[in-house]
Amino acid sequence: MRVAVTLNGRPLWLDGHPMARLLDVLRASGMTGTKEGCGEGECGACAVLLDGRLVNSCLTPLAHAEGMSITTIEGVATESTLHAIQSAFLECGGAQCGICTPGMVLAAYELLWRHPDPTEDQIRIALAGNLCRCTGYMRIFASVLEAARKLR
Amino acid sequence: MTASLANYELVTPDSLAEVLDDLAAHPGARPFAGGTDLMVVLEAGHLPAGRYVSMANCPQLRGMERPVAGGLVIGALTTFTEIRESEAIDAGFGMLKQAASDTGGVATQNRGTIGGNIANASPAADTPPVLIAYDAALELLSSAGSRRVPYAAFHRGYKEMDLQPGEIVARILLPARGVGWRDHFRKVGTRRAQAISKVCFAGSILMDGARILDVRIALGSVAPTVVRATAAEAALRGRTLDAQTVAAAIDALTSAIAPIDDIRSTARYRTRVAANLLREFLTQRAAG
Repeated sequence: MRVAVTLNGRPLWLDGHPMARLLDVLRASGMTGTKEGCGEGECGACAVLLDGRLVNSCLTPLAHAEGMSITTIEGVATESTLHAIQSAFLECGGAQCGICTPGMVLAAYELLWRHPDPTEDQIRIALAGNLCRCTGYMRIFASVLEAARKLR
Repeated sequence: MTASLANYELVTPDSLAEVLDDLAAHPGARPFAGGTDLMVVLEAGHLPAGRYVSMANCPQLRGMERPVAGGLVIGALTTFTEIRESEAIDAGFGMLKQAASDTGGVATQNRGTIGGNIANASPAADTPPVLIAYDAALELLSSAGSRRVPYAAFHRGYKEMDLQPGEIVARILLPARGVGWRDHFRKVGTRRAQAISKVCFAGSILMDGARILDVRIALGSVAPTVVRATAAEAALRGRTLDAQTVAAAIDALTSAIAPIDDIRSTARYRTRVAANLLREFLTQRAAG
């Protein structure tokens, strides 16, 4: 099937089987910033925003993206400038191997859009579906707090 | 991607009526809601081949309303996030919010639906025990019409439901809460976030001083389906809440459940935790 979407602000068509994982369709379209981790909705590495809401693209069939606005990690920065969340991850050591980072940034993005001044508890809940095997999470939580400060 | 998509069809009819017609016209076709369970099974290579009918264009099955007579009606396609954030739910149905918050992470809560949580029929799902404790009924819909069934009788065996071919879970109906009921919900898992339950407990009790007027208790992950603990309820109803009554209820509960050893826990641990959760409910919450 052919699905009309807005991908990172640009209207375009995505082609594929209606039950194809949005993850695979996005990567085939060149958006390889979206990573496959577990493939079963446990790790959050494939998270993208669908109409502003965080979803695991490995559990989203292409058909469900019809008419939706999709934001991948490629759509977070502008051509020349990192988003404040990305800068904060760099400054605070919130990224190491990088596989979880796109999902972490997008999970933080949804959180800060809904709660611009989050408590540490809100950060932990918002990122609970995103696994990181490198950082031990503390630097990621610090990154999100720093991003919130930058965005205020 | 491991599964061959050639074995599958996923269609998205334009309306609820067309979804029901499609299910009726294609025996064996299955409804598809948020996909957070079915897509996992697909990727694992275990999703039965065939036709799936997406309910993405059925807005009348989304959201919650509070009927004039009280209670709560929840559309089957209402997501865990919508439940977690709902203001309609605060008055009297707090356990539902807790269960929705404890189901997966944000990304799962944004897509997963309460109807899917029911119709996926996992004995480890977290909203079903709450729905039983709240004495829920289900409205089932097919192209032939609708019917209502009490939720406590809906799950008949492992993954077996009182659901006819072509029928979908459309709405969850929660009766008005009486005055004075006390609730207790607790999910026990490996960690707080994103873990599937080892044991899930939901209880609701109405006391008159030390006397138990009425009680409803349900558990997840201790039997092939979510179960209402009818034997334990019978051991409590009409009795004075004392140590002897608590012990009798625990005996009744542990002899009625049939937990298994699996990747998440053991039968022995689950039995012990189920007993402890019942004790916690009765000694800490029921006594006020």
